[in-house]
Amino acid sequence: MTHGNRELTVRGLTRVEGAGALRVTVSGGRVERAELNIYEPPRFFEAFLRGRGYTEPPDITARICGICPVAYQTSACNAIEQACGVQLDPTLAELRRLLYCGEWISSHVLHIYFLHAPDFLGYPDAIALARDHRADVERGLELKKTGNALMELAGGRPIHPVNMRVGGFYSVPTRADLAPVAERLRRALDQALETVRWTARFEFPDLSLDCDLLALHDPGRYPIDRGDIRSASGLCFPPEEFSRHVVEEQVPHSTALHARLDGHRYLTGPLARYSLNSASLSPAAQLAAAEAGLGPQCRNPFRSILVRAVEVVYAVEEALRIIDGYQRPDRAAAEVTPRPGTGHGVSEAPRGLLYHRYGIDADGLVTSATIVPPTSQNQAVIEDGLRQLIEAHQHLDDAALTSLCERAIRNHDPCISCAAHFLILTRATVR
Amino acid sequence: MNPPTLAVWKLASCDGCQLTLLDCEDELLELATVVTIASFAEASSAVRPGPYDLSLVEGSVTTPEDVRRIREIRAQSRTLVTIGACATAGGVQALRNFGDVAEFAAVVYASPHYISTLATSDPVSAHVPVDFELRGCPIDRRQLLEVITALLVGRKPDIPSTSVCTECKLRGLSCVMVAHGTPCLGPVTQAGCGALCPAHARGCYGCFGPVAGGNVPALAGQLRAHGMSEQAVGRVFATFNAAAPAFRVEKAPRPGKVNGDDPRQ
Repeated sequence: MTHGNRELTVRGLTRVEGAGALRVTVSGGRVERAELNIYEPPRFFEAFLRGRGYTEPPDITARICGICPVAYQTSACNAIEQACGVQLDPTLAELRRLLYCGEWISSHVLHIYFLHAPDFLGYPDAIALARDHRADVERGLELKKTGNALMELAGGRPIHPVNMRVGGFYSVPTRADLAPVAERLRRALDQALETVRWTARFEFPDLSLDCDLLALHDPGRYPIDRGDIRSASGLCFPPEEFSRHVVEEQVPHSTALHARLDGHRYLTGPLARYSLNSASLSPAAQLAAAEAGLGPQCRNPFRSILVRAVEVVYAVEEALRIIDGYQRPDRAAAEVTPRPGTGHGVSEAPRGLLYHRYGIDADGLVTSATIVPPTSQNQAVIEDGLRQLIEAHQHLDDAALTSLCERAIRNHDPCISCAAHFLILTRATVR
Repeated sequence: MNPPTLAVWKLASCDGCQLTLLDCEDELLELATVVTIASFAEASSAVRPGPYDLSLVEGSVTTPEDVRRIREIRAQSRTLVTIGACATAGGVQALRNFGDVAEFAAVVYASPHYISTLATSDPVSAHVPVDFELRGCPIDRRQLLEVITALLVGRKPDIPSTSVCTECKLRGLSCVMVAHGTPCLGPVTQAGCGALCPAHARGCYGCFGPVAGGNVPALAGQLRAHGMSEQAVGRVFATFNAAAPAFRVEKAPRPGKVNGDDPRQ
């Protein structure tokens, strides 16, 4: 089997968000092709955003992804507020971060318990997992519910929240409104720490990605809702320089566009965020990471489940910190008057850096829109990881190797619904 | 007797409506004891062959492949329910229906000839018979549970077909349009969200789509009277249920163009 020719195909990847396929060709023991194909139908957001009002992108782009709508709303607001020269009041910025913490908790816990953990424990899904490990799955459900409760409180609902707007919010909660969710969050902290301990007991296949890493950096705290952009290779630049450094290129082995950072491949998402910012985690999150065996950096995507669990601890603590210091602002939103110009906005979606750019005209209409989601940035590195893994595991039979490849894709929590609108479909995709 | 089988399918969409099923944290494990979740790619690697007793379909029909798939899903499903604005009305991606889809593809993709797509984003009902349509962008979790429960026992789902105004009054909220002059689509939008936007001091933006019998032209006049421009009125109806016939207002601007001109020229 070691030097054989083999074709591995998974037409419909499961336990990922959206519709994707895996195609691997090994010829004479050499990996000729290792592709994550995107066959999610295109939806043309960037095209129909043109001509919309400057207040509309947060609600419209939220519909790109039902798993990370707050990321879309935040990056869109950041971009439009920058274009209009508006600085958010600190309390409103904190409230936005609070809502975003809710999305991190919900999205990460969904991935940890529903999409990822079944791989490590040998189950097809969380329902089957619950038959043997009921208490673990119930803990995951409780934690996810807390994330959703936080989003309901600050955003109105967990999927496509209605409360965020350019300049702030439509309405702001009182301190009393926040009390019940704070109570939930205090319980959630124990559940989050237990999640780290639970995932730390899993067995992790060896793999180390040697690519560059790209994540936001927010001085003094872990990056979520804003920041400058930094790389492991030492780059540091503001959001408005994103398109000067990140270029999407067509590569010979695939018809998909691959993002490159100053000409080289890079990864965004939990591994990059953690490796570049682990020193900014709260003491409890740092301790949990250390106890789980994570060093200050992590380059093994199989261990990303641990990093997500640590980030859930941080998001719970951060939400409690924000609630503790919250004073209801006098105004729910800053006045935002449109002016002609271009705005750039970034934030850390649960799966990685999400960049938005809008051109706005004197009438306040959007003239151009560009969105670069995390999964399209990560696709090339996901495929590199597949290659490495296949080369190291050629002794496995087809079923076992295919299953390992599927796991390697799930490691990155790819959001194919997001990526689809920005990647070129591969020719064999519609099947 | 074997428990009934449930399948969840996805066409062009954001995944939010199927995520709503996973957001039923208190009910999910119990639900899994009374139904067999036979096919749900986002949540499970175990996929059983059809036929299925109940299929939930998220997303709109936008490619020739989708047309083939939805026919196959219909043939495999005893009861087929569409969940959400995409499956029920074509979704936000139906804005292409009023634009030039080839031009749209050229804006988004460097090599648009790779893109296989239909000129329109269609509701599922344009291609196959649908047994029940659940509205919302996204759908409401409680309504989803009601639909599943009702259809599995063979009764009609108790989903009110009144307007958002009814829910707003039931919550005891002040009318945002009357009290604060905030433009609101509540009078012409189907209930189901619990008057979420008015509860957050925001006008309803119509994500549950048109209520039967709503007077859209009259409301459009009210929106203009509250200071919205002709174009803004056109845009507010042209969002997540843009292709729903009742939300097609006159003089809606063509999406994707600024003042009728191509901004790239």
